[in-house]
Amino acid sequence: MRALIVDDSKAMRLILGRALKEVGFQVTEAGDGRGALARLNQGEDVDLMLVDWNMPVMNGYELVCAVRANALLDNVRIMMVTDETCLSQLEQALAAGANEYLMKPFTKEALVEKLALLGMN
Amino acid sequence: MNPGDFDYVRNFVRDQAAIVLEPGKEYLVESRLQTLVRKEKLGSLDELISRLRADPKNGLHRKVLDAMTTNETLFFRDVHPFEALRKSILPELMARRAKERQLRFWCGAASTGQEPYSVLMLIAEHFPELLGWDFTFVATDLCSEVLARARSGRFNQLEVNRGLPASLLAKYFVPQGAEWEFREALRRRVEFRELNLVKAWPWLPGLDLVFLRNVMIYFDVQAKKAILANVRRLLRPGGYLLLGGAETTFNVDDAFERVAFDKTSCYRVKPA
Repeated sequence: MRALIVDDSKAMRLILGRALKEVGFQVTEAGDGRGALARLNQGEDVDLMLVDWNMPVMNGYELVCAVRANALLDNVRIMMVTDETCLSQLEQALAAGANEYLMKPFTKEALVEKLALLGMN
Repeated sequence: MNPGDFDYVRNFVRDQAAIVLEPGKEYLVESRLQTLVRKEKLGSLDELISRLRADPKNGLHRKVLDAMTTNETLFFRDVHPFEALRKSILPELMARRAKERQLRFWCGAASTGQEPYSVLMLIAEHFPELLGWDFTFVATDLCSEVLARARSGRFNQLEVNRGLPASLLAKYFVPQGAEWEFREALRRRVEFRELNLVKAWPWLPGLDLVFLRNVMIYFDVQAKKAILANVRRLLRPGGYLLLGGAETTFNVDDAFERVAFDKTSCYRVKPA
């Protein structure tokens, strides 16, 4: 399976990338929402997106809305991975079409357990 | 930790809770008891053991037992047993008990409450009518400290991150500062009580569903046999026993049969 990690922190992309590779994902990265959309628009085939909320240029919430506005990307599963821990933002992300929500800080087990909820372990 | 002290703790937890600590587990005992030494503001592990030896009846023994139990848990642990509950077991049990509209569940190693609360969320999502039945859910644990946390229904961020679908977090939990509190209306449907699985089970009624997941692995064979015999007596006809992924009734109590579901299996008493 292929995952696109979207986070402006290189360290976080590295952590998430390592964890996903360990469970068998092929991983690509983008540093903000616009970069991620560009990859998708170029036809990059993605099963899962891990999306940070606060990023420059285009934030994670805007990215989720943009992806969900494109019917061709309906099958892409989206997990927000963010330090936003308010209920209102969690609800906002789910309403916009995110499938899961993981709050930072998190453990590798928690990430894998969330993947299981998406049927992707 | 000297061999005599290890043996003392080992024998104590075996006699009181049938927990097996093989030689080589000294590191585990030391690490768990060092935490207790700090909590109780004692000088050293030696001092703790001396106090235990000096007076067999002090409350410290209880705390050692609590410290030596493993409370690892998460919401919807292993996912598949919950799928089996949703797709097969609960519909079957509800059909079987439709006339008397009565179901009795027991979770025997409830820890901080994630497992019983997961079952309740599943019921609220898919079988809400069951909450209007004569429905009892007793959840027990050996450790009084974790039960107090379970009753509070409060979970920190690391805990709600583990296994809990975000949609259910939003629906069934209320933020309370840095914690999340399981909604009271569902929380009060579980009765948490202290119970040592290897002692008497005085007040459990006839049961339709028993969760003993990831707890049998800690017991010796004799204790496992005694526990399964008790479960067998309490299970009502057609009732199910759910064990952890690494646990089985095979070669322990062959009066049970394995029932396979999609990606998991459960147990029930073989028909006579």
